[in-house]
Amino acid sequence: MQKTILNQTHRDLGARMVPFGGWEMPIHYGSQIEEHHAVRNDAGLFDVCHMTVVDIRGERAKPFLRHLLANDVDKLTQPGKALYSCMLREDGGVIDDLITYFMDEQWYRMVVNAATTEKDLAWLEKQAAPFGVEIRPRRDLGMIAVQGPNAREKTVPLLPQSLRAPAEALSPFQAVSDGDWLVARTGYTGEDGFEIMLPNEGVVGFWKALVEAGVRPCGLGARDTLRLEAGMNLYGSDMDESVTPLESGLGWTVDLRDRGRDFIGRQALEAQQAAGHLRRFTGLVLEGKGVLRNHLKLFDGEREVGGITSGGFSPTLGRAIALARIAPDAGEALTVEIRGRRLPVRLVKPPFVRHGKACIDL
Amino acid sequence: MSEIPDDLKYTSTHEWARDEGDGIVAVGITDHAQELLGDLVYVELPEVGTDLGAGAECAVVESVKAASDIYSPLDGEVVEVNETLADSPEAINEAPYEQWIFKLKMADPAQLDNLMDAAAYAAAVEAEEH
Repeated sequence: MQKTILNQTHRDLGARMVPFGGWEMPIHYGSQIEEHHAVRNDAGLFDVCHMTVVDIRGERAKPFLRHLLANDVDKLTQPGKALYSCMLREDGGVIDDLITYFMDEQWYRMVVNAATTEKDLAWLEKQAAPFGVEIRPRRDLGMIAVQGPNAREKTVPLLPQSLRAPAEALSPFQAVSDGDWLVARTGYTGEDGFEIMLPNEGVVGFWKALVEAGVRPCGLGARDTLRLEAGMNLYGSDMDESVTPLESGLGWTVDLRDRGRDFIGRQALEAQQAAGHLRRFTGLVLEGKGVLRNHLKLFDGEREVGGITSGGFSPTLGRAIALARIAPDAGEALTVEIRGRRLPVRLVKPPFVRHGKACIDL
Repeated sequence: MSEIPDDLKYTSTHEWARDEGDGIVAVGITDHAQELLGDLVYVELPEVGTDLGAGAECAVVESVKAASDIYSPLDGEVVEVNETLADSPEAINEAPYEQWIFKLKMADPAQLDNLMDAAAYAAAVEAEEH
């Protein structure tokens, strides 16, 4: 089991530690629900050091990424701009979802999931060879996310002097860097905030300064309910190598506009699109009391039409919500089977919550 | 370390049972169980009148993290359920030994002696954590 540099800090804060993707991580520090509300109403911080930063450098870095990723890094024209994309197999299955930052013409930076890091790196190395680009995991960097309506205000004064003004001026999905620090206005909660990369040796001190400034430590539990409310996919639950982005609510991240761009998986996606009958990826709300869980089955009348890919209880809405994949011809009046009973669910379009506000009718 | 009152009986599946007299026993989940589960958001109560065997699944508590079955500690009939938990499952997190989930009319009060006392339960929890 790997440990992040903040492991002892979490324990000192009273965290309950659990295994996650090969890492020992905090699930909560007492109350997952209170941590969730802290991010919706004020500011919370997350240890995301288990995720892997990968630098991609070389003259052909851009053509490499245009071949590697389903989204098109050609959109990234300003240094610091970030792009969310899937990395696909030839058959369109999702190897991982990731963020790519444009640093300069010959340097891009990627952030990949913890549990997929080894296979991602192997895939990157294999695909990079013909392009002659360098793939370098940055194990020397840690990462902290600070999220919530007051997150930026509380974080800026604690940044290195040189980054304060530029960090304050960032637009969403943009980053600024200085040396080994990178501050990005991105996140996985549906709230404003930053994701910050910094040298490992500075992580504990920076974390403690944020806590001191009134930012609440939040575990993976709150991270999951926040991202679910925000309608953001979780790799391994909502999509994996057995499905394409087109059936995972991620069609918006697949850029087919440049017909000459031959990215890995393109042919498979175009064939799937041409064949039609794509399964639908949707949000669900449980009408009554209970909790929706991963893998619960969905029914249209007596016919099983799909299942929940990630479900849970929404602390903001006080209701059970889920993401689900269903047959193309499934109706709108579905039921979910919980412990042998069929309960009505309503189909809704995610997100469920953004910037502290409900986006669906209850 | 979680709280384990001396005057209750316990199961290895983390239920507590309190003798209410007249052959009635109140059943809830332990402090250790609520700590493991985290914030509770839903309780599925048994139906009054249900006959239960010792070890039968009879209720469910769900936290933000997971669903967990509650097992009947003894043979008996459900005579009362704690309806207030339907709207405030979090009350169990706040006071696990005050919030009973259901009450049983015991088929055989002697079965209470088969359950663990506080010291035995504390040892079981200790063993589970190592």
